[in-house]
Amino acid sequence: MRKVSAVVCPVCGCCCDDIEVIVDGNTIVDVVNACALGASKFLNYNKHRQRRPMVRKGGRLVETSLEEAVRRSAEILVEASYPILYGWSSTSCEAIRVGLELAEEVGGVIDNTSTICHGPSVLAVQDVGLSGCTLGQIRHRADLIIYWGCNPWSAHPRHMERYTALTEGRFQRSLWRRLILRFYTDSMRKKMLRVAELSLIKRLLDRIKAGRAEEASYTLRREERKVVVVDVRRTRTADLADYFLRVEPGKDYEVLQALRALIRDEELDVDEVGGIPVESLEELADLMIGCRLGIIFFGVGLTMSEGKIRNIDAAISLTRDLNRYTKFLIMPMRGHFNVTGANIVSTWQTGYPYAVDFSQGYPRYNPGETSVVDILLRGDSDAALVIASDPVATFPRAAVKSLVENPLIVITPDVTPTSLMADVVLPSTFVGIETAGTTYRMDHVPLPLKGVVEPPEGCLPDEELLKMILREVRAIKGEAAASTALVKA
Amino acid sequence: MDTLKVSLLTGRTVNQGKWKELGKLSREYMESVAVCEMDPQDMRRVGLREGRNVKVTTRFGSVVVKAVKSKRGPHPGKVFIPYGPWSNIVVDPETDGTGMPSLKGVEATVEPTEEPIMSLEKILMRCYGGRSLGGEERTDA
Repeated sequence: MRKVSAVVCPVCGCCCDDIEVIVDGNTIVDVVNACALGASKFLNYNKHRQRRPMVRKGGRLVETSLEEAVRRSAEILVEASYPILYGWSSTSCEAIRVGLELAEEVGGVIDNTSTICHGPSVLAVQDVGLSGCTLGQIRHRADLIIYWGCNPWSAHPRHMERYTALTEGRFQRSLWRRLILRFYTDSMRKKMLRVAELSLIKRLLDRIKAGRAEEASYTLRREERKVVVVDVRRTRTADLADYFLRVEPGKDYEVLQALRALIRDEELDVDEVGGIPVESLEELADLMIGCRLGIIFFGVGLTMSEGKIRNIDAAISLTRDLNRYTKFLIMPMRGHFNVTGANIVSTWQTGYPYAVDFSQGYPRYNPGETSVVDILLRGDSDAALVIASDPVATFPRAAVKSLVENPLIVITPDVTPTSLMADVVLPSTFVGIETAGTTYRMDHVPLPLKGVVEPPEGCLPDEELLKMILREVRAIKGEAAASTALVKA
Repeated sequence: MDTLKVSLLTGRTVNQGKWKELGKLSREYMESVAVCEMDPQDMRRVGLREGRNVKVTTRFGSVVVKAVKSKRGPHPGKVFIPYGPWSNIVVDPETDGTGMPSLKGVEATVEPTEEPIMSLEKILMRCYGGRSLGGEERTDA
């Protein structure tokens, strides 16, 4: 058995780089430091494997040779007039670079999963800018952490532990002790309440209930960092927060703008905004202005609900306003481990972070028109290549229907709903487990992914498969050009 | 049986994230995402019990999932289905020119039902063209 240390976790945008993987032969037998999601991936990745190339013949997927699968993929892409190349967020930057070359070669649209994740955030950042930072700064210095429209406990389980409230920073203390004390007190109070109810001691019951009401009021010690959660429903993250504000679905924009007004010392002529009493918003505004370094982490609760891009616009503008009084930052909670890398590689290659259309021979970018869901809803595409993603399980029904109506190539290491609907399936390796590469953490810090075990025979890295398809595409186009020249001669 | 107007939210859960890594064709994945978290009072209002099937209908379609009591209520009028092929059937595909479909805050109705929950294979067959499925078998070894 051997232990591989400092492994970067290939699951969410936290990209935790302190994972230890215990390997016996070529099998991962244990994983240390990973969250539930990371541990599940390291221990289960090989249980649902796509091991052989397949093509659809007579309505069924049948095994084939790698050469035939690559040839068929290249033919589909060359024959298509408007193919989409989608996914990219769970593979390495090196593979994405080849993918962009392929998209340009076939004149297609290349889009990554940020299109249904933080696409509106990217658009808002392009409109109004971003006060950004690395997570290390937050860990050591932030004394006010606001999670807005996100639930890191479920989607980024180690975010609080490694980067925010539950970590011991150089200048900020962890909340662990306070939280444990609070849970202990809550538990004791519940037990006493139960005893009082059973014994019908009315006076004791009233006192406990009054105590709970007092507890609910908002009192914080100055020297400790604080956590605020704003969401449409109470989540596990909200349970850990010092302050939870429940906003009505689709009303985030109003609440953000109300906070901007309060920060400018303006009076609001209403009792509540978006389901939140104005007094609570005033308290939050005071807390924001009074902190030394604050940050808003926002999730898809803002990007997917009514307002979309305008919600992010308002959140960034609020951050900008706050910088008149104190130091305030904002960061999107990116989902897949390399969705940030997909944006970055796409930007340095084409000038645009996602939804890049090469159909005119040069990169065009117009999300809403060149983004993959819009293309599918209009029924404009006539083929698709999906890599490191599973749109059949993540896109709305109407978009999936359009996707599977046309020839579909899937490059995947595992069997997914999308691979089951494909016309060509190419088996790849798991980046970060079997193949090394580069990924970008949610704060734009590049990290090296390791290959800790060997892939099964016949499974090739995404980068290798894309290069094979690209070579084949160029060969087919070369043959076509040669035969045209011959006819002309 | 009564129906109730609600706002449908979708999102991630720990179990959804954990079991998707095991495989989306696994029973565990289906059990973690083909569920609808509801406010206990709302469940009583429409005569639903924990673990019974509930039909969630929007103007984009309807899907049957299992009703479970929300552990972090009260949140009357709001129901939650984790991301997955089941929630995709009922969410709003409209992007409003941003590229992003509307996956949260969709107007919906819920009602108890005796209809069964569709398996993932059935969803692929019925909703997406009825192609014959022929992927590799999952090996739990």
